[in-house]
Amino acid sequence: MSKIGDAIYEIHSMDALAARDQWVNRIHPLVKFILTVGYIVAVVSFQKYDVIGLAGMVIYPIAVFILSELSLKDSIKRLRVVLPIICFVGLLNPFFDKNMVLFAGAEISAGILSMITLILKGTFSVLASYLLIATTSVDKLCYAFRMLHIPGAVVTQFMLTYRYITVLLEEVNRMTQAYTLRAPGQKGIHFKVWGSLTGLLLLRSMDRANNVYESMLLRGYRGDYQYMRERIAVRPQDMMYLLFWMGVLVLFRLYPVMWIVGNLAGGMFT
Amino acid sequence: MHMADALVAPAVAGTLYVCSTAAAAFSVKQVRLDTDTKKVPVMGVMGAFVFAAQMINFTIPGTGSSGHLCGGMLLSALLGPYAGFLTMIGVLLIQCLLFADGGLLALGCNVWNMAFYGCFIGALWIWKPMMKNGMSKAKIIAASIIGCVVTLQLGAFSVTLETLASGITELPFAAFAAVMQPIHLAIGFTEGLITAAVLVFIYEARPELLFCSSQIERKEGRFSFKNTLVILAAAAVLIGGLLSLAASSYPDGLEWSIERLTGSTELEAAGGIYETADSIQEFTSLLPDYAFKNSESASGTVFSGIVGGLIVVAVCIGACYLFKFFRKNKAV
Repeated sequence: MSKIGDAIYEIHSMDALAARDQWVNRIHPLVKFILTVGYIVAVVSFQKYDVIGLAGMVIYPIAVFILSELSLKDSIKRLRVVLPIICFVGLLNPFFDKNMVLFAGAEISAGILSMITLILKGTFSVLASYLLIATTSVDKLCYAFRMLHIPGAVVTQFMLTYRYITVLLEEVNRMTQAYTLRAPGQKGIHFKVWGSLTGLLLLRSMDRANNVYESMLLRGYRGDYQYMRERIAVRPQDMMYLLFWMGVLVLFRLYPVMWIVGNLAGGMFT
Repeated sequence: MHMADALVAPAVAGTLYVCSTAAAAFSVKQVRLDTDTKKVPVMGVMGAFVFAAQMINFTIPGTGSSGHLCGGMLLSALLGPYAGFLTMIGVLLIQCLLFADGGLLALGCNVWNMAFYGCFIGALWIWKPMMKNGMSKAKIIAASIIGCVVTLQLGAFSVTLETLASGITELPFAAFAAVMQPIHLAIGFTEGLITAAVLVFIYEARPELLFCSSQIERKEGRFSFKNTLVILAAAAVLIGGLLSLAASSYPDGLEWSIERLTGSTELEAAGGIYETADSIQEFTSLLPDYAFKNSESASGTVFSGIVGGLIVVAVCIGACYLFKFFRKNKAV
C-alpha cells in the first residue's frame, strides 16, 4: 500500500477503534488526557541510569491494553517513526559515556544503561499516546481541550483539519496515481510540475474551505463550535479511575516497586 | 525534525510549552482582531492541505532522491504569521497523536522549532519586508528559499539546544550541531524550492490569496480619485509643455493633403461668410496656431501647450461630471 493509502487506513482504523463501546472508551476524555500527560511526564522524568524504576512504568500500558482490548501488534507499528530517531541519539551514548556502573551485580557501561532508558522512555510515551487516541475520538478530545480552556478557534481548527485530512489525502492519492500512470518509472513529481500540481490542489482546497464555511454558516455557525451533542459529565468512576492511576504512578515513580517486590519475593524463598 | 517525548526533559518541555503557549495566545488575539469567523474553517482546511501535500514525493533533479513540503513557510505566506502558526499547531498535534510523529510532551518544543520560526520569523522578518514594495516572481522565489533555509536552520539549532539542555544524549554539542545543521540546510533549500514553485503558481493564478497582497491592494485603494486627477493634470502639463517644443513643424495629414491640392496649408476663403467666421475665430482664439498672438517664440509654444493641456483636462472632467449628472438624473 502507498504511503498515502497507509495514512488514510491509519486514520480510519483509529476512528473505528475510538468508536468501540469499551469500558476504557467510556471514561471521560479529560481524565484520559490528564492521565496520559501525567504518565508521560512521570516516564521522562526518570534519571538516565534508572532502568529498573523506569521498567516499572510498563504497568500502565499493559493494564490499559488489556482493559481496552487493543492489539499490541498494531501499536508497535507506530514505533517505526520514533524509534529510529531515538536509536540514533541513544546508540551513541555507549561510545561517549564509558563509565562502568554496577547493575544487578555485574559491571556494565553507563552509556548502555542510558541508551536502554532512552528507548524505554520513547516506547512508553508512544504507547501512552496511542492508548489515548485509540480509546478517545477526536471530537471527545476537542471537548476535553475546551474544558481546559484552550481557545475555541484553535480547537475548531484542529478538529476541521482532522476531518478534512482524509478528504484531501484521497484527493492527493488520486492526483499522484493519475500522474504516476502517465509517467511510468518516475520516482516522484517532476520539478516542472511541482508548482502546478500542488498549487491546483491548494486552490481547490481554498475553494473547498469557502464551501465548508458557507455550509457551516447555513447550519448556524457563528464562530463557536459545538463539539459534542450533549455535555459529557465526569462520573464518580471517572474520578476513581484518575485517582487510582495517579496513586499508582506516583508510587512507581517514587519507589522502585519492581525491585522491592523482587526482593520480597526473593526473601520469601530464602 | 519532530522531537520525541523521550528526547526532552520535563523542565525543557515545560519551558517550551510556556513559550509556545504565549505565542499561540498572542496569535489567537491577533486572528480575532483582524479577521472574521471565516478564518477558522479556512485554517482547518489549509491544515489538512499541508498535511496531504506533505505526502507528495517531489523528485529533486539530478540527485535521484525526493523532497517533501513541510509547510510552515507556505502556510504563513498564505494565511499570515498568526493564522499560519495556529494552523501549524493543529497539524503538529495530529501528527503527534495519530502518527506518533513527535510526542505529546514534546509538542511545545515542536511547535516552537517548526511553527514559531516558520511562521513568525518566516512571515514577519522575511516574507513581509521582502514584499513591502510589491510582489514579483523573483521576490517570491527568494523569500521562499531564504525563509525555508533560515527557519529550518533555526529549528535544527533549537533541537540541538533542547536535547543538550535535557541531558539526554552524551553526544557533544558541537558534533550534534555539525550533524544537524548541514542536513537541514539541504532540506531547507529543497523545501524552499518546492514552496517557491507552489507560491509562484498561486501568484500567477490568484495573487490575492498571498499574505501581504492586501497591502498592495490597500496601497492601490489609497490611490484616490483626487490623486489620479493631480497626476493626470501633471502628465498633461508635462506632455503639453515639454513635448510641444518637439512638435512637428511639418503639416499634419489633413494640412498635407490640402497643400497637395491647393499649394497652401490654409484654404483660401473668399466671400462674406468666410471672412466673418475668420474674424470671430481670430477674436476668440487665445492662442492662434498654438502660440501667443503675434508671437513665434518657444515660450509661447510652451505656454500654449500647458494651457491647452489644462483646458483638455478641464473639459474631460467637466464632460465626465456632466455624464454622471445625466446618468444620475436618468436613474432617478
